[in-house]
Amino acid sequence: MTTATLDKPRKLKLDSSEVVLRSVSYVTVTLFALFCALPFVLIVSASFSEESQIMEHGFSLLPRGFSTAAYELIFRSPRQIIGSYAVTITMTVLGVAVGLAITAMTGFALQRKDFPLRNQISFFIYFTTLFSAGLAPTYLWVARTLGLRGSYLAVFLQLLLSPWLIILMKNFCRSVPYEVVESGKIDGAGDFRIFAQLVLPMLKPALATIGLFLALGYWNEWYLSSLYLGSTVEFKPLQYYLYNIINTANALRNSVAGDNVTITNLPSNTLKMASAVVATGPIVLVYPFVQKYFVSGITVGAVKG
Amino acid sequence: MGMQSTERAVEAPAVTRPSRAKGYASFWKGVSHSKMLLLMCLPAIVFFLVFAYGPMPGAYIAFTNFNYRDGIFGSPFVGMKNFEFLIKSGQLWLLTKNTVLYNLAFIVIGNVLQIGLAIMLNEIRSKYFKKVSQALMFLPYFVSVVLIGVIAFNLLNYDTGAVNALILETGGNPLKIYSMAGLWPFIIIIAHLWQSTGYGSIVYFAAIMGLDDSMFEAAAIDGASAWQRIRYIILPSLKPTFIILLLFALGGIMRGNFGLFWNLVGNNAQLYQTTDIIETSVYRMLVSQNNFTTSTAVGLYQSLFGFVLVMTVNWIVRRINPDYALF
Repeated sequence: MTTATLDKPRKLKLDSSEVVLRSVSYVTVTLFALFCALPFVLIVSASFSEESQIMEHGFSLLPRGFSTAAYELIFRSPRQIIGSYAVTITMTVLGVAVGLAITAMTGFALQRKDFPLRNQISFFIYFTTLFSAGLAPTYLWVARTLGLRGSYLAVFLQLLLSPWLIILMKNFCRSVPYEVVESGKIDGAGDFRIFAQLVLPMLKPALATIGLFLALGYWNEWYLSSLYLGSTVEFKPLQYYLYNIINTANALRNSVAGDNVTITNLPSNTLKMASAVVATGPIVLVYPFVQKYFVSGITVGAVKG
Repeated sequence: MGMQSTERAVEAPAVTRPSRAKGYASFWKGVSHSKMLLLMCLPAIVFFLVFAYGPMPGAYIAFTNFNYRDGIFGSPFVGMKNFEFLIKSGQLWLLTKNTVLYNLAFIVIGNVLQIGLAIMLNEIRSKYFKKVSQALMFLPYFVSVVLIGVIAFNLLNYDTGAVNALILETGGNPLKIYSMAGLWPFIIIIAHLWQSTGYGSIVYFAAIMGLDDSMFEAAAIDGASAWQRIRYIILPSLKPTFIILLLFALGGIMRGNFGLFWNLVGNNAQLYQTTDIIETSVYRMLVSQNNFTTSTAVGLYQSLFGFVLVMTVNWIVRRINPDYALF
């Protein structure tokens, strides 16, 4: 047996099965990546198409004709879209700053082995993922008892913390050696100073990852807005604004028509697609720069809770 | 016998009590020494107290005939009537069936594709190719789920949808896809796979990347083919990851991907039979029908059932490998 294997030298690397597997892999991965990307192409193409051609022939992968009319219409009276951008950006920036600070503090404290209440508090937080009051009681509580119906706070506050991100933070904090805490203690630093001055700088990748997930939560938010804001606010968060344009016939007219456009046959098909591009564009543009933090969050937080 | 047991009963506290008291004392001493750590947890504690525990007593609505004027605890108590109605009407069964079946399809097809994709990604040697293809595959998970509704509209609507455009060009008759209930399980499963397969493959890909290279070298020297390498090295090494992910997915089998279902189907009653899951129904009852009692009852059923499932799964995981247990 041994001689047999020794007789066969390294040409095994070019074994036919390897060639087949590699070719199949390249082809399949390419096809799957295209499958993921094509819907985006579809939307962008449609947004630059001519409405009359869409009405006649329907949407297609390549633009039918070429027109920027839909974008011009959106930016002719940009009040709504700018307002929505302002609301979403404000919420995202504040939400990431506050949410990250609280998540980091909590994760750090709950990971400290010399903190006697860590298990009790961890369970108190974790239990909320196991059992929840349900949608209707939560709605009544937040909208009625807390009086937050029609307030951006209802959206902002409920997205601020998530048990999963606190658990993820705890996992990240495990990588900080306990000697760091000890050395701080020896130097007479308090727990908060140890956290802020010694541990926090070591947690930069963790902060980037968790900040990204918080930012995604705020940027992509439409659900809480649909429950608590509805049409009570003038400027809807961006994705909820898009949701309305797609799902309600009048939203489109209200959002672009304003005073100077009185159109009975609005280019509604291309306008919907252009709105989607405008609402999604920025996140796709920053995506390549933050992708690695996205991946690290999944691998660190995936299996172990 | 009796004597002995009383003796022990009398004796036992005498031994343990002082030490327990001492334990409490040192525990509280430890707590007072870590006041700052407690203070750092305080914002989170207040947050979950207000937004997660605060609404919990309101689940009582499920046992009442709720009306706004009398409030949660003033509305008439009706016992299990709301649940009886849900069971008798067959609604609870339909929702449970749809939710569970969709999740099973997602879990089975999803995991097979994720593992396959991870193995194939591992075969890609060109760094640039790998980077670009991965970027494209994660993108659907990154964008808002509202966009899925836009894409569905673009592809499937009757008048201008890309699918019907293609059918017309090839000489067929356009389809009224938004009223063809039988088609939607496929549409929803494809949309789910589009959204989450790339993202889900990361975990498996990371597990393959973590494998020891010497195993592959040894296999190459022994003349193993590519298939043998996959069959005997990669797949077995993914088994623990697979089992844990599978178990936790089963634990969450009562929970649905609300955003996806709602943005695809929404209030389209023609499709409920094949597409309505617990979450969409709970949301619709509240938002469109203002029906607090039934919405709460279905939600409570889901929460309790889901709780039991997760606890069971965690118990099983703990027996397999305590390291992976959630608590």
